[in-house]
Amino acid sequence: MQRTFSTIAGLAAAMLVAAPAWAWPDRDIDYIIPFNPGGESDIAARMQQPIFQEVTGRQVIVKYQPGAGGAQAWSQLNGMPGDGSVIMGINLPHAIMQPLQGNAGYETADLVPVFWFHYTPDALIVRAESEFESIDQVVAFARDNPGMVTLSGSGTNSANHLAQQTFDQLNGVTTTYIPFSGTGPSVTALLGGQVTAAWGYSTVAMNQGEQVRMLAVASEERLPSFPDVPTFQELGIDMVSGAYRGIAVPASTPVETRRAISDVFAEVNATERNVTGMTNGAFVVIDVPYDEVATFMAERQAEYEALARQMGIID
Amino acid sequence: MELLTHLQSALMPTNLALAFVGVVLGTVIGALPGLSATMAVAVLVPFTFAMDPASGLIALGAIYTGAIYGGAFAAILVNTPGTPSAIATTFDGFPLAKRGDGNLAVSLATLASVTGGVIGALFLLFLSPPLASVALAFGPAEYFWLAVFGLTLISALSVGNTLKGLLGACFGLFLATVGVAVVGGDIRYTFDQPFLLGGVNVIAALIGLYCVPVLIDLVATPQPHLKIGSQSGAFRFLEALGHYRRGWFTVIRGSVIGTVVGILPGAGGSIASLVSYSETRRTAKHPERFGKGEPDGLLCTESANNATVGGGFIPTLVLGIPGTPPDAVILGALLVQGIKTGPGLFTGQGDIVYTFIFGLLAATIIMLPMGLLIGRYAYRAILAVPKSMLVPTIAFLTVIGSFAVHNNPNDVIIMFGLGVVGWIMNRFGFEPSPIVLGIILGPIAEQGFVQAYLIGNAQGDVVGMFFGRPISLAIMGFAILTLVYPWFTAWRRRRGAAPLLGENRAG
Repeated sequence: MQRTFSTIAGLAAAMLVAAPAWAWPDRDIDYIIPFNPGGESDIAARMQQPIFQEVTGRQVIVKYQPGAGGAQAWSQLNGMPGDGSVIMGINLPHAIMQPLQGNAGYETADLVPVFWFHYTPDALIVRAESEFESIDQVVAFARDNPGMVTLSGSGTNSANHLAQQTFDQLNGVTTTYIPFSGTGPSVTALLGGQVTAAWGYSTVAMNQGEQVRMLAVASEERLPSFPDVPTFQELGIDMVSGAYRGIAVPASTPVETRRAISDVFAEVNATERNVTGMTNGAFVVIDVPYDEVATFMAERQAEYEALARQMGIID
Repeated sequence: MELLTHLQSALMPTNLALAFVGVVLGTVIGALPGLSATMAVAVLVPFTFAMDPASGLIALGAIYTGAIYGGAFAAILVNTPGTPSAIATTFDGFPLAKRGDGNLAVSLATLASVTGGVIGALFLLFLSPPLASVALAFGPAEYFWLAVFGLTLISALSVGNTLKGLLGACFGLFLATVGVAVVGGDIRYTFDQPFLLGGVNVIAALIGLYCVPVLIDLVATPQPHLKIGSQSGAFRFLEALGHYRRGWFTVIRGSVIGTVVGILPGAGGSIASLVSYSETRRTAKHPERFGKGEPDGLLCTESANNATVGGGFIPTLVLGIPGTPPDAVILGALLVQGIKTGPGLFTGQGDIVYTFIFGLLAATIIMLPMGLLIGRYAYRAILAVPKSMLVPTIAFLTVIGSFAVHNNPNDVIIMFGLGVVGWIMNRFGFEPSPIVLGIILGPIAEQGFVQAYLIGNAQGDVVGMFFGRPISLAIMGFAILTLVYPWFTAWRRRRGAAPLLGENRAG
């Protein structure tokens, strides 16, 4: 049913837009999201989908293959057709941390990311009723009461967990991280006052609006939607981190097709519609094309390995 | 007055048409095990971007409520819940169908679902902001005790078979630990098989444990699948209405339980209908009739699970926290459309919200005639199709259904493996329901326990965390009541019978 509907829509789109010749076969593209629908990866794909179709004249079908925090889908990616008909969302730190922890069913080096399009910076968030107005107050309280500050976040060894570890290390404090099964339950615990604060992304502060207060954000510059929220760097805490999202393809995909996909995403990513949508949602758009992916991955790998060592995940 | 304007816009032909199509699609999708409400909503989302926000929401809400209702068909007619919400519907629904009253069961389920859906939506309409605070009052400790309460319900429900019920639940709890642990990140019981990393999916387990034994029995026995009743062509709507009028309190109570449980982000229709079922049986005049085709057993579960739809929208719209997985998809759709949820939504964008709620109400009411029609057609189809056709059709649907959950062939293997295990366990008197409920409740209990322990530890008061919170204590009270009640009634019966024995001896 999904296909019938989307084929009709696709034909309509194809008639409107004269498709330029891209270096990969002319057929529908499956865009696999390795998470449940409704999350940040899904929202990003939903924003890209119509623009992608306008740019290429090709039909994009968003599918979900959730399981094991993405590992289920990534471990199957290289078994899928490498003709450009399958692209898959890929996330960091997930795709580096999972293999570090042990048998994830894939190795980071086996995955072929071709483009990284945005990141959601880590953010320390309290509820509106909280006594904490600034990062300084949190740090001072945590220093006087080691372990007393409880911080909810999504999952163990996740981006939220890494943010908590980095923050503790940089400030020389000890806080207690409370892992939840997703951003939803983590935010529920925050709003219900079960925890002192939450480690989340800027998007959480965006979605919860007046109910929460973002104390600082781990982006390089202040976010346009939050001009009053300082970055961690401004406060002297050297944190620029978050969850990075990109596109991966099966390893059998030829290099020219990889480049073509990277080019399309660069074009999609740069459209005003995409930039506005992403910025309004508190995503930070980045542009890492195929030729720069290797350097980008090596930097992240080094960063996460250092944290994993600190957390006792690897020796 | 303003509400009436919103009612008017909800009743516009386009919106009514969307509600109609949504309910019909949802009912059909929900009736097929494996095709869940979440997926139905996710598939529809891209089409709603072209609509105005209220219409899009109405379409999504209609397909969602239809899918929760449709789950009852498979539960009643094939003994396989179409969605996890319909697990408790199999308890009395299938026995009714088995003895030739499938049409009566479908009519009962329709009446109860529509009432539950309407009551849930009315709570959403009038009491959303105050009720949303319920979602926030539940912390990790409360979720832990809620899961413990759910596990005690299992033992109470396995009449005369408490030990086997508990063993089945333990097996379910064990299955729930397979894969990467959410809390702690440990990899457990995967035996280095990457396909087990994602754990045992509830839907795949549900299809395997319920459906495969039905299939094997269909092939192994010469009897027809369902007995053909004397009036199998009719709706038997008036007869159902009679049961419904006598059981009105059951329906209202089920609806309220469903709404409240639906508000809790960690608990869904499966827990709501289970709580409602056990409460109804506990207070019934003839508890021994439950599980053998008691109409009240169907009324209480179907009213509860459809009430979770309205209940689940309360935290979704008021707090921006999805009450249920389909709500998460709808929330994502709202964000892409640029609508901010939160307390300001009801005042700032009231026209969208109230039009949506009235549309949801309209969709729920449309479910009454459409459900009866689809239900009668499904019942007659199941009766008319010869076994040699029915078995391969259901077998095909089990494979499609378990694959569709995650687009993952491994889930089909898990489904089939558990199905064979379930069939063998059935031979020894183990029911599938405790196992599936163990899989559902296991993660809630585990995460709640670890989170409550970590927070309690940080605050230096672990005991107070578990035993010092009022809502936790109330849930514990219910759990103890549930455990003790069967013994208490047995004791009272013995005491009642004692003088008689004494008289006999004297005589």
